[in-house]
Amino acid sequence: MKNKFSLFVVIIFLSFCFVIFYKGLNTPNNYTPKVNKKKNIPTFKAKDFYSNNYVNSDKIFEENTFYIINIWASWCVPCRIEHPLLMQLSKNQSIKLIGLNYRDNFNNAKKFIDDFGNPYSRILIDKDGTLGVEFGAYGVPETFLIDKNKDIIKKFVGPINQEIVNEIKLIIK
Amino acid sequence: MKVLKIFIILFLVTSFSELKSDETKDILKNKILKNIRCLICQGQSVYDSESEFASSIKLIVDRKINDGLKEKQIYQFLREKYGDWIVYDPQLNKNTYILWLLPLLLFLLGGAIMSKKLKFKN
Repeated sequence: MKNKFSLFVVIIFLSFCFVIFYKGLNTPNNYTPKVNKKKNIPTFKAKDFYSNNYVNSDKIFEENTFYIINIWASWCVPCRIEHPLLMQLSKNQSIKLIGLNYRDNFNNAKKFIDDFGNPYSRILIDKDGTLGVEFGAYGVPETFLIDKNKDIIKKFVGPINQEIVNEIKLIIK
Repeated sequence: MKVLKIFIILFLVTSFSELKSDETKDILKNKILKNIRCLICQGQSVYDSESEFASSIKLIVDRKINDGLKEKQIYQFLREKYGDWIVYDPQLNKNTYILWLLPLLLFLLGGAIMSKKLKFKN
């Protein structure tokens, strides 16, 4: 009786371990920070891509409209994939796209924009990646949706897809 | 001559103290970086990583220390940006209270079992 009981306990324990490890193997290891609560946009100063002058964040987001902050770089392959979708979004009148050129070379970034089109109303330079940190980003591409109250209401890690574009369109409607 | 000597001594003292302040800043910076998780690397701290994310965080931490922010304020800043996960040392809150209290509970439970057994033996 005692033997049967210990066998039962061992089996239960092994099945428990199996479930834990199986679940662990199936969950992706990459951590994605959640945007649970609305965050106000950080105040910052950044260099404008074309004029090379410093601009304040309150000047960048001064209009009463939705904004999208898109972190991109010419060396980032997924950025090329999402670019046509950004071009599509830029045609929408109720949203303005701000590009954050992340750790890039000016000539390469300019060539990227010349080749694929410019969806952004303004491009800012983030030479050392610290501006991205202010937004809570950890790589490229990353997209943030900012509402009229200047709160970051959505964060999309990785290239955006048609589904995300539709979601954004629904929010800004 | 005496004035020159005093001047040299003063110069040496001030330059060494500056060196010391740089050193303490470096120690603090390394301590903070070792306690920050590199979110895009597997099992590495920002201190150990050479990724782009880690180098940006290193710059930010350096800047914040130079701005005069305290260690806790820097952790708080990073927590606000990336959530609790970025710091290796979790704070006691509603998500982590089990983590903090479970060892204490197990310790008390163990103690209770032991004292009961000892009483039984006696």
